[in-house]
Amino acid sequence: METWINALPYLLEGLQITLYIFIIAIIIGFLIGLLMALLRLSPFKILNWIAKIFVDAIRGTPFIVQLFFIYFGLNSLDFISMDNTTAGIVTVAINAGAYFSEIIRAGIQSIDKGQMEAARSLGLNSTQNMRHIILPQAFRRMLPTFTNQAIISLKDTSLLSVIGVADLTQEGRIQASATFQAFEIYLLLGIIYFIVIYLLSMLASFVERKFVLR
Amino acid sequence: MTMIRVENLKKSFGDLEVIKDMSTVVEEKEVICVIGPSGSGKSTFLRCLNRLEEITDGHVYIEGVDITDPKNNINKIRQDVGMVFQQFNLFPHKTVMQNVTLAPMKLKNMDKAAAEKKAYELLDKVGLREKAKAYPGELSGGQKQRVAIARALAMDPKIMLFDEPTSALDPEMVGDVLDVMKELAREGMTMVVVTHEMGFAAEMGDRVLFIDGGYIVEENVPKELFGNPQHERTKAFLSKVL
Repeated sequence: METWINALPYLLEGLQITLYIFIIAIIIGFLIGLLMALLRLSPFKILNWIAKIFVDAIRGTPFIVQLFFIYFGLNSLDFISMDNTTAGIVTVAINAGAYFSEIIRAGIQSIDKGQMEAARSLGLNSTQNMRHIILPQAFRRMLPTFTNQAIISLKDTSLLSVIGVADLTQEGRIQASATFQAFEIYLLLGIIYFIVIYLLSMLASFVERKFVLR
Repeated sequence: MTMIRVENLKKSFGDLEVIKDMSTVVEEKEVICVIGPSGSGKSTFLRCLNRLEEITDGHVYIEGVDITDPKNNINKIRQDVGMVFQQFNLFPHKTVMQNVTLAPMKLKNMDKAAAEKKAYELLDKVGLREKAKAYPGELSGGQKQRVAIARALAMDPKIMLFDEPTSALDPEMVGDVLDVMKELAREGMTMVVVTHEMGFAAEMGDRVLFIDGGYIVEENVPKELFGNPQHERTKAFLSKVL
């Protein structure tokens, strides 16, 4: 217990970093996903291909390789310089973005064609149709899958400890080696992740109930 | 005044030629009923009138404006052409009120109060004022279709297109929807109605178009078309449905 009490302040500091990275990366990732989904569904072949190549490249490679490529690979270029936190955010955002884009695309495609036709027959242009009719319905429908991916991304942030980001996992590793109490520390680490993820899914199901598709 | 002019309209889906050659004219305040067997191209014909289907060949003029010309803003033209669908296609995430006020607020920059005032007038007209705050999922089929009519009317269209508006309804709901349409016709709305309701076509139609095999086979006042059909295919069709 004493180990836990001593380690907790450090771990909570790490948790702050983890949440900071997670929130920024999820927001950017969502925007990337939305952009890619719209490119994928656009009538222009070249845009479809850009989105498809992006999604396939991310889905076809391990997260840790993407992280190393962005942090070590891109940073070795003369004109790019990122600290490890930035590289971590970028990697999580891009990775989540690829999965989000597929979720958003499926959500958009699941909306009945009659919705688009009704909107267009009123005179709404395709942007207004997307914004007011299709996307609000698609977002409600994809919320559960979206939450799922967000949780995966949150767990992925623990891999950023490998490049030295002082996140929750990294703080745990430091505490474990400083105290030689690996069992207690890693158990506590797991409990903290569990609680955060549990709260996140509770939040998601609250939002889901609130905006349930009528 | 001519509201709709269709000239040698053709429409194919891939290799399938659905509309082979159709021409007709709809004058202001006319009610045109379109009948024909399923798969004859009558819904496709209607959907070409506001370019929900891309037109393969020929021309469609709405109030003299060629909608097949990409230089003309189709979104602007569609504001004058209301459409009512077989499956209603109400927006399920919006209340009845929001369904009706969306287009006027977004496209005519009407403020909320004015749009809602107009919406209440239209909901009164279709007998659903008390449903303003309901969501489409809480309405019966007949109520949904009447809301869909109010939604289309909110843009003050000059033409209304109806694509089998009563086909998805329970029989006891059909009358309410037809009553709203009759009211609209009496007020002088220019209407094109694809329908299986021969009674409505006979009573309200200024002209009836019989479509089969991608052509307008016969076109006449209802009394003549129903009472004295000229073509074999018209006779065969009417003998089945009347």
